[in-house]
Amino acid sequence: MIYFDNVSKLYSDGRAAALQEVTFQVAPKEFVSIVGHSGAGKTTLLKMIIAEDKPSVGQVFYESLDIHRIPRGKLPSYRRKIGTVFQDFKLLPHKTAFENVAFAMEANGRSDAEIAENVPQALSLVDLDDKAWNFPHELSGGEKQRVAIARAIVNQPDIIIADEPTGNLDPIATYEVVQILRKINDLGTTVIMTTHNKGVIDEIERRVITMDDGRIVRDDATGKYVL
Amino acid sequence: MITGLRRVTKAGFVGFWRNAYVSLASIFVLTVALFVIGATMFINQLLNVSLSALQSKVDINVYFVPDAPEDEIERIRNAVATLPDVSLVSYTTREEALQQYRERRQGDEISLQALEELDENPLGGNLAIQAKETSQYENIARFLDEQRAAAEPQTPVIDVINYDQNRDSIDTLTGVIDATEKASLIVMSILLIAAVLITFNTIRLAIYTSREEIAIMRLVGASNMFIRGPFMLQGIMYGFIAGLLALLFFYPLLIWLGPRTELFFELNLFTYYVQNFGTIFGILVGIGVALGLISSTLAVARYLRT
Repeated sequence: MIYFDNVSKLYSDGRAAALQEVTFQVAPKEFVSIVGHSGAGKTTLLKMIIAEDKPSVGQVFYESLDIHRIPRGKLPSYRRKIGTVFQDFKLLPHKTAFENVAFAMEANGRSDAEIAENVPQALSLVDLDDKAWNFPHELSGGEKQRVAIARAIVNQPDIIIADEPTGNLDPIATYEVVQILRKINDLGTTVIMTTHNKGVIDEIERRVITMDDGRIVRDDATGKYVL
Repeated sequence: MITGLRRVTKAGFVGFWRNAYVSLASIFVLTVALFVIGATMFINQLLNVSLSALQSKVDINVYFVPDAPEDEIERIRNAVATLPDVSLVSYTTREEALQQYRERRQGDEISLQALEELDENPLGGNLAIQAKETSQYENIARFLDEQRAAAEPQTPVIDVINYDQNRDSIDTLTGVIDATEKASLIVMSILLIAAVLITFNTIRLAIYTSREEIAIMRLVGASNMFIRGPFMLQGIMYGFIAGLLALLFFYPLLIWLGPRTELFFELNLFTYYVQNFGTIFGILVGIGVALGLISSTLAVARYLRT
């Protein structure tokens, strides 16, 4: 479903490459964790999937589509196939939880009836029915991240990209977020997640890709956190 | 399409209220800018009116000899009237000239008695000629000189052309009018540019605070138009409200200023404001809306480039 073909990312000032000759693929319905030290290239990798960053060498495919040859005008519709979750939540601060989730559907051109039906479902899936009308600054970190996950899944994307989703969360919130991601994966959505958290990896017991210095150094089917 | 438009409109209004401080600051700056633009317009109008009032007081007079034949006077009058530079020619006949003389000298017994002593009217008819621009008097005077030279030396028609006597004051006035127009153009251009730049920057800063939001909207897959729309609408709202506010501020100001400008410039600005309200409304609100729309569109465009 996602295919990296010999991808390298170099910077013009000749610093160490962010990615070096990365080749791997992700099958549908997989749950892939990417681990590694800061600066190992995990975030760069995810940015390439959502076309936020371009490879210097190599290609990245979404099914048979070369992501970096998508015309600029078509990018929004491509991005709607992917749900994204970030360490810093990236919620719209002037919108309520409900409106944040609804925004993703509005941007997708969904009807009001669909929005009225699907947004409460998504919020219910992340167990936030009672916080729908709170603004982000009125929510805890774990709650914000759950809103972000609800927003990521509400359009029923094929893939969820999660960049350090538990990075800012306490252990209980971390546990909840991981459970939700697993539940989403069980419902059939591919999940690609980066993390630092050993406990998270050991709990998920799924495929783990380990990166170091821009290279993939390990790729284990049911990995443990090894660094 | 209609759903999209409705959502963009709603997002624009909601954003306007939830960012009340930012909206307020933008409207305030835009109001000041529009006030400057409006004030510039009013000052310009004052200058125009008082300059044209001054101009209408300047003319060239052609005095005919008392026994000038009527058809010859008629010919010169028509010739002058067809000159492109001439805006107005008025003819005073011998009899009217005498009448006016008498009226002017009312109570001046000696002058009137002297007039009675004469058997016939000593005055000739005259033409008062106004040019469209003060700088054109020279051409008209030259034309009149040619007319005088063309006449038979034994039977002159034109007695005196008073351009030469008035020349210095006409030249001075021309210079003053030119300089005033140039100076006001420069000052107004500078004020206008400053107003536009300040508005641009304020709205740019207002949208700078939203750059994170714009990035998030893009990540969620919102199209550029869907992101841009609410900001454009907000820009329009800023401009519209600021235009109304500027109009509102001018009202009491001009009530106070009106009588004073009437004394000095012969134009009551308040009357002008009331009579031309539609135009002034259109200009201020139109400029406000255009400024708001253009500034916000440009400001968002920065964050939409990949």
